[in-house]
Amino acid sequence: MSEEIVQLTIDDVEVEVEKGTSILEAALKVGIEIPSLCYLKEINEIGACRVCLVEVEGVKALQASCVYPITQPIKVYTSTERVRKARKRAVELLLSEHDRECTVCIRNLNCELQNVADNLGIRNLRVTGESKNYPIQMDNPFIMRDYNKCISCRRCEAICSKIQEVHVYSAQRRGLNTVIAPAFMRDLGSTNCITCGQCVIACPTASLVEKEAIEDVWAALEDKDKYVVVQTAPSIQVTLGEIFGMETGTIVTGKMVAALRRLGFKKVFPTDLSADLTIMEEAHELIERLQGHGKLPLMSSCCPAWVKFAEHFYPQLLEHLSSCKSPHEMFGALIKTYYAKKEGLDPKKIVSVAVMPCTAKKYEASRPEMGWDGYKDIDYVITTRELGRMIRQAGIHFRNLADEPFDMPFGVSSGAGAIFGATGGVIEAAVRSAYAILNNRNKEMGLIDFEELRGQSGVKEAMVDLGKKKIKVAIAHGTGNARIILDRILNGEHYDYIEIMGCPGGCVGGGGQPILGGRDHKRISLDYRHNRADALYKIDMHSQLRQSHDNPDVRKLYEEFLGEPLGEMSKKLLHTTYTPRGLYFNLLK
Amino acid sequence: MQLKEKPVYKEIDAVIEKYNKPGGLIRILQKVQDMYGYLSEDVQIYIADRLKLPISEVNGVVTFYSLFSTKPKGKYTIGVCLGTACYVKGANDILKKIKDELKINEDETTEDGLFTLRATRCIGACGLAPVITVGDDVHGRINPGEVPKILSKYREKDVDTNIKNKDKVSCFRVAEYIKE
Amino acid sequence: MITNIEALNDIRQKAKRQMSLRLDHKQDLQKYDVLVCAGTGCISSESEKVREKLAKVIKEKNLEDRARVLRTGCFGFCKLGPIVVVYPDKTFYCQVSEKDVDKIVEQHLDGGQVVQEILYKSPVDDKIQETMDNITFFEHQRRIALKNCGIIDPEKIEEYIAVDGYFALAKVLNEYKPEEVIEIISASGLRGRGGAGFPTGTKWKFTYSVNSDQKYVVCNADEGDPGAFMDRSILEGDLEVAIEQARKYGLLGKNILGTNFNFDVELRLGAGAFVCGEETALLRSAVGKRGEPRPRPPFPAVSGLWDKPTLVNNVETFANVPKIILNSPEWYAALGTEKSKGTKVFALAGQINNTGLIEVPMGTTLRTIIYDVGGGIPGGKKFKAVQTGGPSGGCIPEQHLDTPIDYESLNSIGSMMGSGGMIVMDESNCMVDIAKFYVEFSQDESCGKCTPCRIGTRRMLELLRKITNGEGALEDLDELVELGQDIKEGSLCGLGQTAPNPVLSTLQYFKDEYIAHVKDKRCPAGVCEKLRRHRVIPEKCIACGLCAKACGVEAVQGEIKKPPYKILDEKCINCGACFEKCPVGAIERG
Repeated sequence: MSEEIVQLTIDDVEVEVEKGTSILEAALKVGIEIPSLCYLKEINEIGACRVCLVEVEGVKALQASCVYPITQPIKVYTSTERVRKARKRAVELLLSEHDRECTVCIRNLNCELQNVADNLGIRNLRVTGESKNYPIQMDNPFIMRDYNKCISCRRCEAICSKIQEVHVYSAQRRGLNTVIAPAFMRDLGSTNCITCGQCVIACPTASLVEKEAIEDVWAALEDKDKYVVVQTAPSIQVTLGEIFGMETGTIVTGKMVAALRRLGFKKVFPTDLSADLTIMEEAHELIERLQGHGKLPLMSSCCPAWVKFAEHFYPQLLEHLSSCKSPHEMFGALIKTYYAKKEGLDPKKIVSVAVMPCTAKKYEASRPEMGWDGYKDIDYVITTRELGRMIRQAGIHFRNLADEPFDMPFGVSSGAGAIFGATGGVIEAAVRSAYAILNNRNKEMGLIDFEELRGQSGVKEAMVDLGKKKIKVAIAHGTGNARIILDRILNGEHYDYIEIMGCPGGCVGGGGQPILGGRDHKRISLDYRHNRADALYKIDMHSQLRQSHDNPDVRKLYEEFLGEPLGEMSKKLLHTTYTPRGLYFNLLK
Repeated sequence: MQLKEKPVYKEIDAVIEKYNKPGGLIRILQKVQDMYGYLSEDVQIYIADRLKLPISEVNGVVTFYSLFSTKPKGKYTIGVCLGTACYVKGANDILKKIKDELKINEDETTEDGLFTLRATRCIGACGLAPVITVGDDVHGRINPGEVPKILSKYREKDVDTNIKNKDKVSCFRVAEYIKE
Repeated sequence: MITNIEALNDIRQKAKRQMSLRLDHKQDLQKYDVLVCAGTGCISSESEKVREKLAKVIKEKNLEDRARVLRTGCFGFCKLGPIVVVYPDKTFYCQVSEKDVDKIVEQHLDGGQVVQEILYKSPVDDKIQETMDNITFFEHQRRIALKNCGIIDPEKIEEYIAVDGYFALAKVLNEYKPEEVIEIISASGLRGRGGAGFPTGTKWKFTYSVNSDQKYVVCNADEGDPGAFMDRSILEGDLEVAIEQARKYGLLGKNILGTNFNFDVELRLGAGAFVCGEETALLRSAVGKRGEPRPRPPFPAVSGLWDKPTLVNNVETFANVPKIILNSPEWYAALGTEKSKGTKVFALAGQINNTGLIEVPMGTTLRTIIYDVGGGIPGGKKFKAVQTGGPSGGCIPEQHLDTPIDYESLNSIGSMMGSGGMIVMDESNCMVDIAKFYVEFSQDESCGKCTPCRIGTRRMLELLRKITNGEGALEDLDELVELGQDIKEGSLCGLGQTAPNPVLSTLQYFKDEYIAHVKDKRCPAGVCEKLRRHRVIPEKCIACGLCAKACGVEAVQGEIKKPPYKILDEKCINCGACFEKCPVGAIERG
C-alpha cells in the first residue's frame, strides 16, 4: 500500500510526511522537539496536557500537536509567543497543584515534568492554590501510588488498558478532583493489578514508583551476622548501563558483578544459571505433556505478572501453566538448601537478594507459596533502578569499573539462560534442550537459532521441528497480546507450547528497568527494547554454552542434590501451585 | 487469597436483562439507582461483573455524573436549585439556611436519615425562583425565613407515616437490607 | 401504518377537524378546548393537580361533550404558572390553583363568562389582558421552534400531524435528492443553536460527503446550562411516547412512507454533566462512558458515534428544519440579521417580571427582550446586567442593551449566544459574586481531562473567593485576566475555552465593583457575606425590636417603640439575621 505524502512547513522549514502523521512526530523530522507530557507514542494520544500546543495557520485555536493529523499542506509554528505563553501556563498550572519537593523525590533529575518546566524556563508560579493531599498508597509489596505527584496524563491508564488490557486504572470523579485510580481508589494490592509495573515505566513523574527495598538491603549488608547473596536476572546486564549514561544495549556484565561486590554482597550469581535449571525442568515437563501426561499446551510460568494475569483473567487455564517457579525463586530455594549445605552456612543467616527487571518479582517473592519450611526463597527483590541507586549512593564510578566474573559454583550459565530476558527466549531455550532430550543428541550448531521465535511482534506462532515430532508454539509479550492466544485456545485451537511474558518485549521491557525520562530521553517509545534484546542475543551468540542441558553446573546440581528433573526434590523446591483469583469480588469488603 | 462467593442480586439481573445493549451502562446504573437510592460499591462491582466491564470503568462513570450517588440517601432528598435564575434570587442564602437548620453539608444525610441535602442545577422552574425540591414536592419563591417551616412539615409527616405505617420500609432501610 | 403521503394527509385532515377550536378558532360551537400547560415550570407549580381537577369537575357537571381538557407544551410565560388557556378564544388564565377550577367550569365553560380575577394583569399599566394575543409578552415573539407549544397535545401524534408534522419528511423523501436538502438548509442560513453557531448546512454537507456503510444522526438534548430550559420545552412531553407512536405509524423504522428510506430513533439518557453539551463528550456519554471531550479533528462527521460518521445538531436546530423545508429557505432567511438567520429561543429569567421561554427573531435588541417581552425589572430596581450564554457567556451592561443580538454581536461584546440562557440582574446582584458563581459551576463541571480547564478554573475560583472574602489585592485582578485568557487559549474543548468569559466580561464592565471588593473591602450590592455592612434606615425603622432579638452577638441596640435602632459595626458579624427578620425592610446592606 502506498502511503500518501503530504508536504507542509514547520517553522518555515519544508518537510514531507505520510498523510495522517501528527505534527509532533513531523516536527521531530525537522529537528524540533515539541515539549509534551501526556503523549506516549501509539499508546496515549489524547491531547490532554496541553503542553504540546502549536499554531496552525488558518486555524483559530491552538492545536495539540500530538493528536493533530496532517492531512493537507499546512503551515505550523511551534515556538511563537502565543504558543510559549500557553505552554508555560499549562505547566505552571500542573506545578501549582504538584508536590514540588523535587530534591527529595525519587525521580529527581529523571522527571519529565521537571524537564519540561526547565525547558520552558518556568522560574516562578504566578498562581498557586489548593494542592492535593492524599495519603501515599503503599499497602502492597510492589508499587507505590502518590496521587500528590500525579499530573493526570493518563499514561498509566492507557498502558494498563490498551497494552496490558488489565484495566486497573480509570479516571475517577471530575474537575480538579479527578484521579487516575483503581476503582474506589483502592490500593493496587487489593485490585486485579498484575504487578507488571508498566504503569511505573509510563509515569512521567514519581506518582507511580516501585516499592523500594534498598534500605532493607543496606541493613542486611551492614549486619555482620548475615551472609548476603545476590543474583542478577539475565536482562540486568544489558540495561544497568543506561542508568550511568551508557547506550541502550550496552553489555555491562563484568562491571555489574564488580559493583555488586563493592556494595558488599558476599556472592554474586547469575540468575541465568537457574534459567538453565528452569529449562531442564520445563523441557521435561513439556516432554511429559507431549507424551500424554498433563494438559497441552504447556504454558511457561517464569513471568509472575503473567501468572497473576492468568489467575485473575483466565483461571480456567491454570492447569496449563508449568508448575515451575520462576528462575529467581528456584535459585533462592537452592541457595538456602544446596548451597548452604555445600558451603556449611546456616540458612537462617543467608539473606538472598535478587536484582530483577521487574516489580512483579517483588510481588512473587511475597507469595506464601514461595518458601520452604519457614524459609523465604528470596528475601528482597530490588529492581535494576534500585541497584543503580545503590551504586550511586555508594559513589561507585560504574563506568570505570574493571570487569569481574560471577562467583562459582553457580557462575556458569548458557546463552539459552541469557535469552530468557527477551520475548521468545524461554521457548527457544526450552526447544533447544527438548530436542536434545528427545533425540538424545544436540542439534547441530547453526540450527540452534530459531529466528522465527525472536523479534518484537506482539504475537508469534511457529511450527518447531523436534526431530521426532513437530510442535506448534506461540509467543506473546504484553498481556494484551496474550489474550489473543489465550482466546484462540479457548476457541479450540491447538498449541503445544506457549510462552507469555507480561511486559512488552519481555524482561528487557520490564517494569523495573531504567526509565528513560531524563534530559536526553524525553519520551518513551518501545524502540529501545530492540537494542536491549539484541544485546541478549549477542551474549547468547558469543557464549561457549548455547544449551541449558550442557551447563556443567546444572548437571552437577542434579547429580549432587536434585536427583532428576521433576524428581521429588525438584518438585518440593522448584515447583509451585496457582490460585484462581476473582476479577472483582476480591474487592468486596 | 480466597475467592469470595459471588452474591446474586435478582433485581439487578432483571434490569440488566431489560436494558443491556451496547453502551447501555448509564441507563442500567440509573435504573439500579432508582431501586436502591444509591450505587454502593458492591452494586457497582456486581454490575461490572455482569456487563463484563472493568470495575474501574464502571466506577469512573458513576463518579463522573452528578446524578449518581454512592452514598445512601435519606428519606427526603432536598434539592436546592442553584441554577442561575435561582442563584440571582438568593438561592445561596437558602442553601446556607438549610445547612444551618439540618447541621449537614451538601451531599450529606441527617443523622436521623430523614434528609439528604443536594445542590442541583436548573430544574426548569425559573419562574418560581428560588426553588427547592423536597422529595417530589416543589417549593417555589421561598425565602430563608420559610425554611424551618417547610422542614418541620416533613418531620411531622414522617412521624405520622411511621405511626400509621409501621412496617413500611423507608428507602434508607431498603438500601441497608439489600446490602445484607 | 402510514405508507404514503396520501395516508398522512388523511390523518391530517381528520385531526384538523377535531382540533378546529384551536386551529380555526371557531367560536360559534359553544365548545371549548381547555389546555393546561405541562411545561416544567407549570408542573412545578402543580398544574397537574389543576388539570386533574378540571377533568373531574367537567365530568361531574356533565360538560364532557362541550369541554375537553388537554395537556400541552410550555406556553413560555412560566412566571405565571400554572397556565390554562381556553380555546377558541385563547382566554389566558394564569396562576390558576385548584380552588379556581370550579369557577372556570361553572362560569366560563358552562356559563360562557370569562373569570376576571385570574386573567393576566400587565405589571406596567395594571390593565387586564384577556386573551393571549394581546399580551405584550407574546407580541414581540416569533415562534418557529416553539410553534406547537401551547397548541397541541405533544403526546398525541395525530395532533402533531394536524399541524403539518411529518410533512417536511414526506416532502424530502418524495421531492428532493439529499444534496438538494442540504442546499436548502445552507440557503436558509440556519446555524447551530447549541452555542457556537456553526452553519448547519455545512455540517450536513461535511457528514454527507464521508463514505461509510453506516452513519448516525444525533440530536443533542443534553442541556446543561444551569439557567436554561429551552430544549426540554421544545421536546415537550414524554419522548418515549412520541417515538413509540411514530413507530406504530411506520414513520420510524423501515421503508418510511413507502420509500426505501430506513430510520429509527433510540433514546439515550445523560446523567448530569454540563460538558456533555460538547459534541464529542456527548458521543462518549451516549455509549455509556465518561463524557470527556476529545480533540477534533477528527470531527464527528468523520468519526463519531461508534466511530461512524455522525451528524450532531441540537434540539432547537432540528426544530427549525421542518419549517424551513415546508416554507422555503428564503422565508427563513428573511428573518434575522445578515449572518444570523431565523429566530432564537431564550430562557429569560432572573430579576425580570416576565420570566419564561421566549422566541424572537435574530436581531431583536436586548432592550426589547428585557423591557417589552420581559416587562422590565420588578420592584422598581435598577437594571445592572444581562447574562447570556450561561457559564460560557458574559455579562452585558446597560450601554450595550441596544445591540441587535446575533452570534457575532454577542461575541464582540464579550459574551456569546450559547444555548440561550438569558439572566437579568439588577442592583441587588454583586457581579463579582455572579462571576464566582459561574466559575464555581465550570470548575465543578470540568471533566478533568485537560490541564488549563481542570486546574486553571479552580485557580480562578480561588482568586475570586479571595476577593469576595476581602483578602484580594489589585494584582489579583490582573492575574484573573491573564489566567482567564490563558485558559481560553489552551483548553481542549468549548467548556474550558469559554469558562473564563463571565469573569473577563465582568472585569471589563464592572471593574469598579471588583475594586470596591479589593480596595475598600466592601461589596456594594451587599451580597458577599464578609464584605457587607448592615445599617438601619432610621426613617423606616418602627422599633419593633425583632432585629435585636434575632441578633446573636448583641450588635443591634435600641429601645422598643423608640426608633431608630442602631447596628454597632464593631460587634456585627454580618450574619444577616436582623436583615431577614425586619418586617418593614428597614435594614439595608451593602
